[in-house]
Amino acid sequence: MTHYVKAWILALGLILTPATVMAQDALPTAPGAEAAPVAAGVDSEAPAAEVAPASGLDPALYTPMKPTEGVGMPVDKGIDFQPQVSETGKQAKWINNVILLPIMTVICLVVLGLLFWVMIRFRRGANPEPSKTTHNTFIEVVWTVVPVLILLVIAVPSISLLAKQFEPAPEDALTVKITGYQWYWGYNYPDNGDFEIISNMLTEDEANARGEPFQLAVDNRMVIPVGKPVKMLITGADVIHSFALPAAWFKLDAVPGRINEKVMQIDEVGVYYGQCSELCGARHGFMPITVEVLPEDKFNDWVRANGGTVKGDEEAETDTAEAEGDAATAEETASDDTTTEGAPADAAAAVN
Amino acid sequence: MTTIAADGQIVDDHAHDADHKPAFFQRWFMSTNHKDIGTLYLIFAIIAGIIGGAISGMMRMELAEPGIQYLSGWVGAGASADEALHLWNVLITAHGLIMVFFMVMPAMIGGFGNWFVPLMIGAPDMAFPRMNNVSFWLLIPAFLLLLGSAFVPGGTGNGAGTGWTVYAPLSTSGSVGPAVDMAILSLHLAGASSILGAVNFITTIFNMRAPGMTLHKMPLFVWSVLVTAFLLLLALPVLAAAITMLLTDRNFGTTFFDAAGGGDPVLYQHLFWFFGHPEVYIMILPGFGMVSHIISTFSRKPIFGYLGMAYAMVAIGVVGFVVWAHHMFTTGMSVNVKMYFTAATMVIAVPTGIKIFSWIATMWGGSMTFKTPMVWALGFIFMFTVGGVTGVVLANGGIDDNLHDTYYVVAHFHYVLSLGAVFSIFAGFYYWFPKMSGRMYSELLGQLHFWIFFIGVNILFFPMHFLGNQSMPRRYPDYPEQFAYWNEIASIGYVVMAVGVLIFFVNIAWSLVAGRKAEANYWGEGATTLEWTLSSPPPFHQFETLPQIK
Repeated sequence: MTHYVKAWILALGLILTPATVMAQDALPTAPGAEAAPVAAGVDSEAPAAEVAPASGLDPALYTPMKPTEGVGMPVDKGIDFQPQVSETGKQAKWINNVILLPIMTVICLVVLGLLFWVMIRFRRGANPEPSKTTHNTFIEVVWTVVPVLILLVIAVPSISLLAKQFEPAPEDALTVKITGYQWYWGYNYPDNGDFEIISNMLTEDEANARGEPFQLAVDNRMVIPVGKPVKMLITGADVIHSFALPAAWFKLDAVPGRINEKVMQIDEVGVYYGQCSELCGARHGFMPITVEVLPEDKFNDWVRANGGTVKGDEEAETDTAEAEGDAATAEETASDDTTTEGAPADAAAAVN
Repeated sequence: MTTIAADGQIVDDHAHDADHKPAFFQRWFMSTNHKDIGTLYLIFAIIAGIIGGAISGMMRMELAEPGIQYLSGWVGAGASADEALHLWNVLITAHGLIMVFFMVMPAMIGGFGNWFVPLMIGAPDMAFPRMNNVSFWLLIPAFLLLLGSAFVPGGTGNGAGTGWTVYAPLSTSGSVGPAVDMAILSLHLAGASSILGAVNFITTIFNMRAPGMTLHKMPLFVWSVLVTAFLLLLALPVLAAAITMLLTDRNFGTTFFDAAGGGDPVLYQHLFWFFGHPEVYIMILPGFGMVSHIISTFSRKPIFGYLGMAYAMVAIGVVGFVVWAHHMFTTGMSVNVKMYFTAATMVIAVPTGIKIFSWIATMWGGSMTFKTPMVWALGFIFMFTVGGVTGVVLANGGIDDNLHDTYYVVAHFHYVLSLGAVFSIFAGFYYWFPKMSGRMYSELLGQLHFWIFFIGVNILFFPMHFLGNQSMPRRYPDYPEQFAYWNEIASIGYVVMAVGVLIFFVNIAWSLVAGRKAEANYWGEGATTLEWTLSSPPPFHQFETLPQIK
């Protein structure tokens, strides 16, 4: 099935030569995105005082990463999609820029060209005697069948994209429960002791102080590990909201009384912004979404900084208890010692 | 049998004073004449259009640059910041509802439909003249209820701030106060008005065609109104049911859309869009009909592929009922449902393409002149194509995930409505204005109106595609500064468009006062339907002797 799809896509690319040029354009849009992890890596390793103040968390474990200009956010005078950092996002952007956009442009230009042609060729001055033709079966069949074929060409990659977007999460995927409130977001991490992050928009001054875009930046970010499928459980607490992350081509409504589930996997470390995308009352425009994607170890540190538990921590501890004499493991535990701080909060969460 | 004879007798009795018009109050407030009611509808649509257009002007003012500049001022001194933001939601709600229910629909179906369906089928009037009057006069209280809702509490501030879609639970538990109830009742009345109108049109078209006019000889505008009337008849009761459930959820403790009581907010969206999607075809189909006549008239050529054109509209109407959930791609549907609605939605592009190409084929080999109605119709064809292809993009459930509820959607539906439906309304207005008023409009002002409006709306709406690609969400009173550039350009486009509309009003005023008197068929041999056999304006009662169609 998939190689059929690829064949379709390839054939299309060959037919639409300008499209292939765009394909090359579209796929490496990544340069900006590729730059992200580098810059991000530097930022996150920088001393806390220099980067954002007051994340409220232990700076030894987590300091908010600085966003990369032009990635995960709109750009001034931008006309194209934001750089995509998920596989399905890249595929979707590719379908739009390489298949849909060229087809749309060609259709519009054909219609415009025909309009100009008839306006010039069949204006009264050029053609004083109108013909009386009102039927031509052949041409009518053509303009019915050709659009059907064009739609088939669109439908094949479109349907396969849908199938991919709905691939279920693996059993061990990290689960994040996202709740939309009037007018802020809550992020729960049930796999990590179920701590909750409450995420409010930063004021203009706070955002500027942190070097983040106003109306997109939040005080406490949703943080996920890079390159791992994340099972997103999304619901609304009061009215319908919609969780959107344009850089990952992700949007799912937060409906009260329903838990919507979908997988999001972001393959590049960085900070990505989104905005509530379903009218939810007065401050609908002021409950943005910020997702920070970190390497797994840094993500685990962030979990610990929030008093959550990291899978494997307890096992590691029991392991070390069993192999008391092994020096190497002992060292490891020492470096992991910080986890114990999380334990009391953990217990509290469990009681809740 | 005797009744029929008696009726015929009565008609004969009145025949000698057929053109005797009733006095002012009786003529305009107790009207049973389809032409007068059509005129009332058109005046009503123009007034509603001015209000709805002014509201969009307020919105473009606020959006011209980042930050909240005007909302706090408009909401009045002493109001909180949240009340100012709520006003924004009231404005978007009012703009949507007014333009859909009180501008486009009354203009197309109530205005042009009433005026020209009986004339085109050779009927003396509509089948139910008094019901026709009821249809119109239900719109007045409906409109007043909607306008009045802006001045009573609706949750955070005054007015209904739910969006024109009135999604629960924002419209139920999320909006305390009478404003949303008033808006719902307004929709009930407007809906009842349209259902009565639809019944009237269907009866008229099926029963009152002149002898010899089979369905397959019926003018395409009549076909378009017939299909539209069926869509109204089938879709509006569903809306009525949905908003009635909203009303009982709000006031009588039911929980149709409240999960806490076993209901489901998404059920409302299904019901709403089962109405809402046919509604968008309701707004465009009569335009298709008008454009067909205009293209044919100014090409001096009969319409190409008449049957294909008629049945393409029927097909659009039928398929339009099975695609509704493409408005809900992000509500959490299963993959199979999403695939179905993707495929079904794309199918609509086929009959729509048939229409576009048939219009071009009608002009092919024609002898074209470019009077004002024709330039509007040509503009319509191109702009509707642009709006149509972005519709195909949005039809893809997987692509829509990113574009849903962004300005890309706003751009798409304004291209098919503000540049599609509205262009066809202007085309029809210039085409028939001399027929309705007896006075020619100014060709110069008409052309000027077209070009300025055309340039304005494109500057206004085209940049919205870019904003949508960059993921600017809809219904935002303020935005990150990265969106500033295209928003400013869009607001400039609004000003240009507004100048165009101003010229339109100057043209109407000038024409009514000083326009040249129009003869019966001022477009010449290209205009072949029955309304051109009558004087301009037509007599108060027409076709007392039914015309014979060969």
